[in-house]
Amino acid sequence: MIAIENLSKTYGNLTVLKDLTVRFSGGRVVSIIGPNGSGKTTMSKCILGMVLPDSGDIKFNGESVLKQYAYRSQIGYMPQIGKYPENMKIRQVIEMIRDIRKDAAVIDEELIGLYGLQNMYDKRMGSLSGGTKQKVSAALAFMFDPQVLILDEPTAGLDPISAEILKCKILKEKKRGKLILITSHIMSEVEEVADEVMCLVDGTLKFHETISSIKQHTNEERLSRAIAKIMNEED
Amino acid sequence: MNKIIKYVLYDIVRNKIIVAYTLFLLLLSIGLFNLGGSPDKGLLSLLNLVLLTVPLISIVFGTTHFYNSYEFMELLVSQPIRRSKIFMSEYLGVSLSLSAAFMIGVGIPVLLFAPGATGLYLVLTGIFITFIFVALAFLASVITRDKAKGIGIALLLWFYFALIYDGIVLFILYSFGDYPLEYATLVLTALNPVDLGRVMVLLNLDVSAMMGYTGALYKSIFGSLWGIGIAFVVMVLWVLVPVLASRRAFTKRDL
Repeated sequence: MIAIENLSKTYGNLTVLKDLTVRFSGGRVVSIIGPNGSGKTTMSKCILGMVLPDSGDIKFNGESVLKQYAYRSQIGYMPQIGKYPENMKIRQVIEMIRDIRKDAAVIDEELIGLYGLQNMYDKRMGSLSGGTKQKVSAALAFMFDPQVLILDEPTAGLDPISAEILKCKILKEKKRGKLILITSHIMSEVEEVADEVMCLVDGTLKFHETISSIKQHTNEERLSRAIAKIMNEED
Repeated sequence: MNKIIKYVLYDIVRNKIIVAYTLFLLLLSIGLFNLGGSPDKGLLSLLNLVLLTVPLISIVFGTTHFYNSYEFMELLVSQPIRRSKIFMSEYLGVSLSLSAAFMIGVGIPVLLFAPGATGLYLVLTGIFITFIFVALAFLASVITRDKAKGIGIALLLWFYFALIYDGIVLFILYSFGDYPLEYATLVLTALNPVDLGRVMVLLNLDVSAMMGYTGALYKSIFGSLWGIGIAFVVMVLWVLVPVLASRRAFTKRDL
């Protein structure tokens, strides 16, 4: 569904992504892991067209996304830190995005209901806690029934119950054939929801495999140990 | 695009600065018209104050608005909208609301106290200056990510166009006074939208008689429809060049 080909990006003289080539197909949950600053967020932002790559291409259903915008109607994005206009109310933000994406056929308000956001509709975005902003971001990402979901550390600021709701939603959407990309540092969570793990180190692909094959060839029961083993043995 | 402009306008109207700006212009205009004897005198004083304050307010408001709506733009770029559309909506939202403030604050008093061609030129000049300086403000804002630096560049641009430029022109005129400079001053005028606006309004007042040979030349050029047409084209260029340059920079940068 998404193919990244020879993607490179530098900020000044800092190379963030180096000749990265990777493919993702639908109906899978792919977890993107890697140390801080290894290019995970930059990769997601490249897919969204927020960061423009220096070279390489990104194809969405076979078509290049560079300089395009319409394909974004098929992507739901939940940023690591949601930044919203401070003086807008939750209701206004949600209505505005719905207004912009008027042609979406399906409106999925499940997360709004589960997170009880209706009760806070009149609060200003600037007065919300980090976790509540995350809930708004999650609700917006899932709202338009997109084919691809890009979730950047989705559970980082959420309380355990809200995180659980989100995980259930992720698995539910996966069953409906969607591609879900999650960046996360919490291995137990990766193990719970993901099918494949993609590891980035210094902007290059370290490995991209299914969880079961990782466990198999490292002979480890737990994913965190298996990954630690791979990382250590190659150093 | 209209949809996004609607949200930009909504955000600006909630911000009380635009209301304060309208009231300030209104008080200024009514005060000046009541102070001087003739409407022409009022127009002249109004022109000088408008050419000083409108660029300053437009450029400072434009820059701070751009930086303050960074989050708004970030939210929108991950949605299926063209980036240039987001940028143009922001630009039009800011310039239209500042122009509306100017129309109410200066346009209505001019219509009441000094209706006529000169007043019309004054209002048109003010609107052009608003669009030009908001464009320069956006240009300053896309050049740098740092808010303080952006506002610094914006203020510098204002200093340059409102004060420094005239100094440079005077210096040139003084140093090369022995040469015929009529056409050179004409070009120099076109290179600064504030001066261009001033000359356009002044020539419609009778004071141009005091401007000597250059004034006579200006009168013969700007007095004709053709000359006014060229002046407007130059003004439009002054709007388009910074807008298109900053739009290009905005679509080619990382957010």
